[in-house]
Amino acid sequence: MSIITLASKRRSPGLAAKQRKQALRTLAFMSPWLIGFAVFFAYPLISTVYFSFMHYDGFKAPTWSGTKNWTYVFEHYPYFWPALRNTLWLVVVMVTLRVVFGLGVGLLITKIKTGAGVFRTLFYLPYLAPPVAATMAFAFLLNPGTGPVNSILEKVGIPAPGWFNDPTWSKPALTLLALWGIGDLMVIFMAALLDVPQEQYEAAELDGASAWQRFRYVTLPNISPIVMFAVVTGVIQTMQYYTQPLIAGKVASGVIQGAGTQFEPGYPEKSTLTLPQLVYNLGFQRFDYGSACVVALVLFVLSMVFTAFLMRRRGGLNLAGD
Amino acid sequence: MAQVLDKPVQVHAPVSPAERTARRRSLFEWIAIHSLGVAAALFFTLPFVFVFLTSLMSDSQALSRDLIPHTWEWANYKKVFDTPGFLTWWKNTLIYAGLGTVLTVVSSIPVAYALAKFRFRGRSLALMLVISMMMLPPQVIIIPMYLFWAKQLDLSGTLWPLIIPMAFGDAFSIFLLRQFLLTIPNEYVDAAKVDGCGDLRTLLKVVIPMAKPGIAAVALFQFFYAWNDYFGPQIYASENPGAWTLSYGLESFKGAHHTDWNLTMAATVLVMAPVILVFFFAQKAFVEGVTLTGVKG
Repeated sequence: MSIITLASKRRSPGLAAKQRKQALRTLAFMSPWLIGFAVFFAYPLISTVYFSFMHYDGFKAPTWSGTKNWTYVFEHYPYFWPALRNTLWLVVVMVTLRVVFGLGVGLLITKIKTGAGVFRTLFYLPYLAPPVAATMAFAFLLNPGTGPVNSILEKVGIPAPGWFNDPTWSKPALTLLALWGIGDLMVIFMAALLDVPQEQYEAAELDGASAWQRFRYVTLPNISPIVMFAVVTGVIQTMQYYTQPLIAGKVASGVIQGAGTQFEPGYPEKSTLTLPQLVYNLGFQRFDYGSACVVALVLFVLSMVFTAFLMRRRGGLNLAGD
Repeated sequence: MAQVLDKPVQVHAPVSPAERTARRRSLFEWIAIHSLGVAAALFFTLPFVFVFLTSLMSDSQALSRDLIPHTWEWANYKKVFDTPGFLTWWKNTLIYAGLGTVLTVVSSIPVAYALAKFRFRGRSLALMLVISMMMLPPQVIIIPMYLFWAKQLDLSGTLWPLIIPMAFGDAFSIFLLRQFLLTIPNEYVDAAKVDGCGDLRTLLKVVIPMAKPGIAAVALFQFFYAWNDYFGPQIYASENPGAWTLSYGLESFKGAHHTDWNLTMAATVLVMAPVILVFFFAQKAFVEGVTLTGVKG
């Protein structure tokens, strides 16, 4: 780098040409993304804002409808508030449990001395199961008729819940599925835990700190940025939560899929509705593209608020260039 | 990162012969921790086991509450393969995942390289936009995108609306690769320049060979993304069963075999198995990728 700068300084008339060449080079390397950004991000985003003020069913030309779509979604669309409430429930319960459980499993794996490699692989595998397949598996495992979980529960004498068929148990069932696929958080926490300086534990032990005190005053402060990261990415993932609740609801309700089949989303009783499902329901089942865009924008604002958290220095992604 | 899986396990301080109680306590701790480990292992593996066992049950037994098959019906798997469409879903999934992965890797590498090693105005803005794109739920922009592909280009009923965008860089892949390229010292890049390499040759001859683990991680993630994708095929391919993928078709399989949990579970196993096989061959690259997208650079 320095040699190049020296050379260009000697021939100062060439400096501008050099800079132009470098700008062109950057442009060339960035070009795939620049096109992608324009065509698959900026344009559709602006277009979504535009359609949110239009009445459009995909057949007749769009007509201006002012804020009608907005008032429809917020005041009359029966699925909006249930979906938002479900998202809040999932953020509070599912994200919290995932972080706590992920940290617990991460801690456990750092303490296991015999067969650690086997345990790690077994704990990690469910994270890889394709969401549709994993949800299908849990819909079977938890089905109240012939499912193994309820068979075992009843043998032991514990009252078996209706899981995906019962509105009070459908979200806990989804939480169970989410806890099963904890592998990503386990790996992140494991790496963080192994990075905690060993001397700090030794010093704490010398001071007579109990196991809990060591965790509270040594481990937690050291890994708190990772905990923050796990919470924020967990919230963003919850905003996008789509495939699992959709499949669980469809399988439990027994709706047969095929081209053009209609189904009531959120079975049972709207308890598995999430915001992304509303975009599908409004846009591709009701052909009300304008209102679908309103929900899309709500989803956009919520996701970006939490993404902004991620870009902060502490507890955020490492964005430092060099 | 890579060491996560290889890091030697920390052994507790050696027990002095005099301290019997300490030794007994550490034995007790060993038992407690490993019992917990076994309990957790059961939680993580039993769902797979029950799914697999059910997939081998006879039709009548699948309707019962039995946990273990009386007769092992391997023919269930043949029935799944003979289901009309199943092989087409396999083929479509491989095209979507394979072609999509190649396009993503080729288009994302130069962008990630520029973001990691070039100095230019607007670089941090570009990086922030990449992260925003990465965190954007696909549903936010789906209405205009669908209108674009279906009404303007008449490509609905195919997987092209999902494959073509991958030729224009994928935000997650760009970000992961950029994080990886940051770990390559600038001296290598500068040295190549001194030797007279242009930017493209430096990238091809010096940077890419050093970035192989990162590229492998990106390719794996992208392959799995396409394999697992449900929303994309649901929007663009649902009207044409000839374009369905495994993840999308699996649900209709459940629909067609309404009460036959055994066949549905066999199909579920067949959708899960390739992913898990790939993982065993590429465990290291995978775990590295997960850690890399985390907080550390």
